[in-house]
Order: sequence, then structure tokens, then C-alpha cells
Amino acid sequence: MKDQRTPLVEMKNISISFGGIHAVDNASVDLYPGEVVALLGHNGAGKSTLIKILSGAYKRDAGEILINGEPADINNPRDAKKYGIETIYQTLAVADNVDAAANLYLGRELRTPWGTLDDVAMEAKAREVMGRLNPNFQRFKEPVKALSGGQRQSVAIARAILFDARILIMDEPTAALGPQETAQVGDLIKQLKREGIGIFLISHDIHDVFDLADRVSVMKNGQVVGEARTEDVTKDEVLGMIIMGKVPPKAIPGPGAMQVA
Amino acid sequence: MADITQGNTQGAQANRARTADENPVKRFFRATEIDTRLLGMVGALVIIWVGFQIMTGGLFLTPRNLWNLTVQTSSVAVMATGMVLIIVTRNIDLSVGSVLGFCGMVMGVMQVKFLPQYLGLEHPAIWIITLLSGIAVGAAIGALQGSIVAFLNVPAFIVTLGGLLVWRGATWFVTSGQTVAPMNTTFRLMGGGTEGSIGATASWIVGILACIAIVAAILNSRKQRKRFRFPLRPVWAEYFLAILGCILVLGAITVANSYYWPTNIARKYADANGIAWPEGGLQIPHGIAIPVLVAVAVGIVMTFIATRLRFGRYVFALGGNPEAAELAGIKTRWVTVKIFTLMGILCAIAAAISTARLNAATNAQGELDELYTIAAAVIGGTSLAGGVGTIAGAMIGALVMQSLQSGMVLLGIDSPFQRIVVGVVLVVAVWLDTIYRARAK
Repeated sequence: MKDQRTPLVEMKNISISFGGIHAVDNASVDLYPGEVVALLGHNGAGKSTLIKILSGAYKRDAGEILINGEPADINNPRDAKKYGIETIYQTLAVADNVDAAANLYLGRELRTPWGTLDDVAMEAKAREVMGRLNPNFQRFKEPVKALSGGQRQSVAIARAILFDARILIMDEPTAALGPQETAQVGDLIKQLKREGIGIFLISHDIHDVFDLADRVSVMKNGQVVGEARTEDVTKDEVLGMIIMGKVPPKAIPGPGAMQVA
Repeated sequence: MADITQGNTQGAQANRARTADENPVKRFFRATEIDTRLLGMVGALVIIWVGFQIMTGGLFLTPRNLWNLTVQTSSVAVMATGMVLIIVTRNIDLSVGSVLGFCGMVMGVMQVKFLPQYLGLEHPAIWIITLLSGIAVGAAIGALQGSIVAFLNVPAFIVTLGGLLVWRGATWFVTSGQTVAPMNTTFRLMGGGTEGSIGATASWIVGILACIAIVAAILNSRKQRKRFRFPLRPVWAEYFLAILGCILVLGAITVANSYYWPTNIARKYADANGIAWPEGGLQIPHGIAIPVLVAVAVGIVMTFIATRLRFGRYVFALGGNPEAAELAGIKTRWVTVKIFTLMGILCAIAAAISTARLNAATNAQGELDELYTIAAAVIGGTSLAGGVGTIAGAMIGALVMQSLQSGMVLLGIDSPFQRIVVGVVLVVAVWLDTIYRARAK
């Protein structure tokens, strides 16, 4: 059943605690190229925290991260980007007061031979990428705060795919979107998947992600309840994992699985 | 070439489609891309100037008063350019007045007591060594305060409130409270005055260079946008901006060149150079004052840093959303340290201007300047909530503050009442700005 290729990402036995609370406790997840893994769980289950360790926003207390089978040293967001890990945060994490192009290139600006910002080149590339994602987008000169939720979302996604990401993390990617924009994000995920990018989708709402994901991994109270291929389980069974920690027969139980008496 | 033309036409069509339902005023501002807030501020400045002109019976808008106004503004204007970056990143610097005092005192001691021992009095290198050491001290103080803010997580308000006391105390400590004077004659040129102005010919050269720079900048930006076939500004708007810029520059220079040397200084100069004293008196124009040139140069460099360099982009991103900046991989702490260091350097430059102008370094130098600097930045449209502000706005803000003070002096208003007016204006200006922002949303 298990894929024999080297996983793109392996997070092994990761733990982190904040002030004595085990936000993530001995959690392991993996991700293969061209695969979409949904990370599910209630609010506070530890899924965002786990993934923030991968994207470099938090430093793990224990455990290891392997990228393409090799140990990776990720201590900050810059390290993560070096491994081709791009993250779209739940809060979107865009700088509201600067324009779309500035946000796309934030931290990795294009510069002219004199060391100054090459705004024109950045705007050109931004127009190209945004044209692919959201052809109606025209407001390149305005600060991002003037944009709608969907437009801000496309800016955040464009930023993630602009730099040839190999691993994409999307934290509640459709939470702020209307139905049409949600469908757009769905199409985009399928397109990226075809390009061989591995994607972690994080959500507390199973309906958002079940149809997009190849596998689900469920977390509860900081521990992994279990993982399963979406073709092997039903939505109700996954809900059982999320709510009660009850692992269905075809899923692989993790450390957080409900102990059967 | 055909492609480019086509691209332009498409862009122009899109523009036309968008602007069709706008009134001519809106279309004008969109085409010229003039910042309406900045324009509002300039409007306020003009109202203040004309108001004082009427109230003082024509004393305010004279070449002499305007020339003095710009010289008096330069020290605070220099510091306000740095304060913009500090406030944009949601910090504050209350120590700038004291840092100015300390740097001024260090530079005073350097040029009056220390360097002459080794180089002799009036050695030509004294002024530059003095200035560089002052800048080094300012940078070190800024870096120290910035590091405490960034790495020890002490709020900037507290760090610089401490700095306000520490550096004022340190200023006293350097000479046990004694005033240091007089300054080196070359150093004094930075303070303006009759000697510290560049004269008519040099002023015209500066003005013409500035006009060439304006035209070159407009042409270059047009060329860049053509390169990627972006929508261009209409040609009339480009001409309008170029001509407006040149008129402003040359007008300012005409004013500076219309302020002549005082009669007694001109007479001394005539005697010294063997020039016969003509009938109507010798009219030697001042031209631009050196401190004003320094302030303008600082303004240009700071605008360049804020808008054209990666550092400036990070400053604004950090102010807009610190979390996003951190997650984007920006070394936010280092950016903070650099901003405070820059502020320290600007304090030292301001200190050079103000000690040179006073021809002395005193204990009280720069007292309350922190408040004027913050007020200038805030009147100039810098938002205390972070993320918003322009260098040009802050410099105009400094000019507004100084205009108010200068006008009230001309009207013979008492000093306590002047402060009341300045305080009220500050609050009203920010209130008006809040209304503007609420409407803009």
C-alpha cells in the first residue's frame, strides 16, 4: 500500500510545546511528489503548529525533518524557502500597505545592476503570474489592503508559486473565499499537482479538502490520530477520526488513536 | 516598434475606458499621479504663508524671511526624514533631541579642544574629521538603541525615553556643562549665514542641474515602462510635471538669489577686495544656504533609500504587517537596528547644522527637538499606526511648523502662546488627516 519512492517531505516524531502545553506531540507526516495531503483536525489540534515548523516559523523541540530523504536544517522562513517550501498562511500574511508586485517579491526583490529595486521588472512578472491565476486582476498599483479577499488570496498564492516551489503548504486556503474563488483554488491545486508539486492542505473543514486530497492525516490534541488514503475511507469515517479519534479499519493508526478497550 | 506602439494604444484605451466616467479633476490627478495628500499639505502651507503675509503687512513673504525660514527648518527637517522610517515601523524615537545635543557637544569638543592640539587651529581637515566623528557617535548611539529595541524587545518608547535622559546627561558630562565656542570657520559654513551660502552663480548651476535631473528622471521612468509595455502617463501629464518641477526649483533659486548680503558685511567685503562702493550699495546675492542644500540632499538620499532600495521596501513591509515581513524571510530585527542607526546619523548631521549655526555647542542644544521632529513627521502624513509616510511629506511638515513659529515671531506673539498654537495645530492636523483617511477608504 505504501509508496516506495522517496518522500518529498518526511516529518518524524516532531514535538513542540509552548509553556508546558504540548502543542504538537510526537507527530509524523509525509508527503510525496505530486501528492495532496490534507491535514485535518479541530481548531487547536496542532495542525497549523506542525506545519509552521516545516515552514520555519516555529522551531521544533524534538524530531527531524527529511527533504528528499536527507535531513533538513530549518530554523527560519528563509531556510524553508531554500528547500523550495512555500507557505500560504491562514492570515494571508501580506503586507497591506504595499502593492501586489512588492508583496510577490517580498524578501526576494529583483534588483537592477546598481542594486536598486527593479520595480518595472517585478511588475512585469507580477502581471504575468497574476494573469495566469486571476486574469481579471488589474489593480497592480494599489496597496493590497484595497483588494478583495479573493484578490488577496491570489496574491498570496502567486507569491508561493512564483519561485518554483516544490512543496506548497496551504493553511485554510479557501476559508476567506466565495464559491467561485474556491473552485478556482481547487483548479489551481490540481494544476500544481500535475506539475509534481507536493501540497499540504490544512483545514478544519473536511468538505473543503476531501475531494482534492489523495491522503488525509488527522490530528487531535497535538497527536496524529491516523492517516488514510481518501479512496479507502468515507467522509463520515474521517469525521469520526477528527471528533473521537476513532480509526477506521483501512486507515493506519497513529499515536493519538483512541485506545480500544 | 510597431508592437510597442500597439501596446501603448491598448494601454491608452484601457486608461480611457477607466477614466471615461471620471470628472476632469480626478482625471488630471490620475494622469499626473500627484499625491493628493501631499498637495493638500502644500495647500495648507500656502494658506499659512499668505495668511501671515496679510497679517504682518507684507513682512512674511520676503526673500529674507523665506531664506531664513528654510535655514531654520533644515535641522529638524533632516531628523524628520529619519523619524518617518522609525514611525513607519511602529516605533518612536524620543531621544533625537538629546542625541543631537550629545553629537553636537562631541563635535564641538573635537574641533575646539581636541583636534587643534594635533593639527593646529583652522587646519583644513578639522571640519571633516569633526563631522565624521560626530556621525560615528550618532550611528553608534542609534545602533545601540536599535539593538535594545530589536534584540532585547524593550519597547522603543522606553528605550528612547531613557535615551532622552541619558544623552542629555552625557552632553553635560562631556564639558561639565560648559558651552564650547567658537566653532571652526569651515565647519561654520554648514550653519548658513552670509558666508555659508553658495552665491548666485553656483545656485543657478545647482538649479539647472536639478532641472536636468527632473527631466532625466521622467524620461527614464517612461523608457522603463515602455520596455515592458505598461500603460504610460499621457504625454501632456509628463510635460506638465517636468515644467512644474523646473518652475518650482528655479523659483526657489530666484528667491534665494534675491536676498542680498547685509550692507555692513557687503561693505567689509568690498573694502577687503578693493571694490569701489557703488551708489545704491553693493548687492551680493546669498544664493542657497549650505544647510538647506544639506537638508535637500538628505531628503533626496532618504527618498531614494525609502523607495528604491530593498531596505526601504522592508521598512514599509515591516510597518504594514510585521508578521508577514517575518514570514517572508526578512531579517526584521536587523532592519530595526539599521533604521535606528540611520536616525542616529541624521541626528549627527542635524547637530552639525545647528551647532554651526549657533557657532557654539551647548547643553541645551536640541531640547524639545524630538517633539518638533515627531510633529513634523506626523503633520507630514506619517501614520503612528505604521506602514504609511513619505520623506517629502515630513520635510514639508517641518516647514509648516517652522513657518508657524516664524510667522508668530514676526507678529510679536509671546513665546508661551506660540507653543499653544503649535500644539493645537498638531492635533488639528492629525484630526484632519484621520478624516481624509476615513474618506479615502
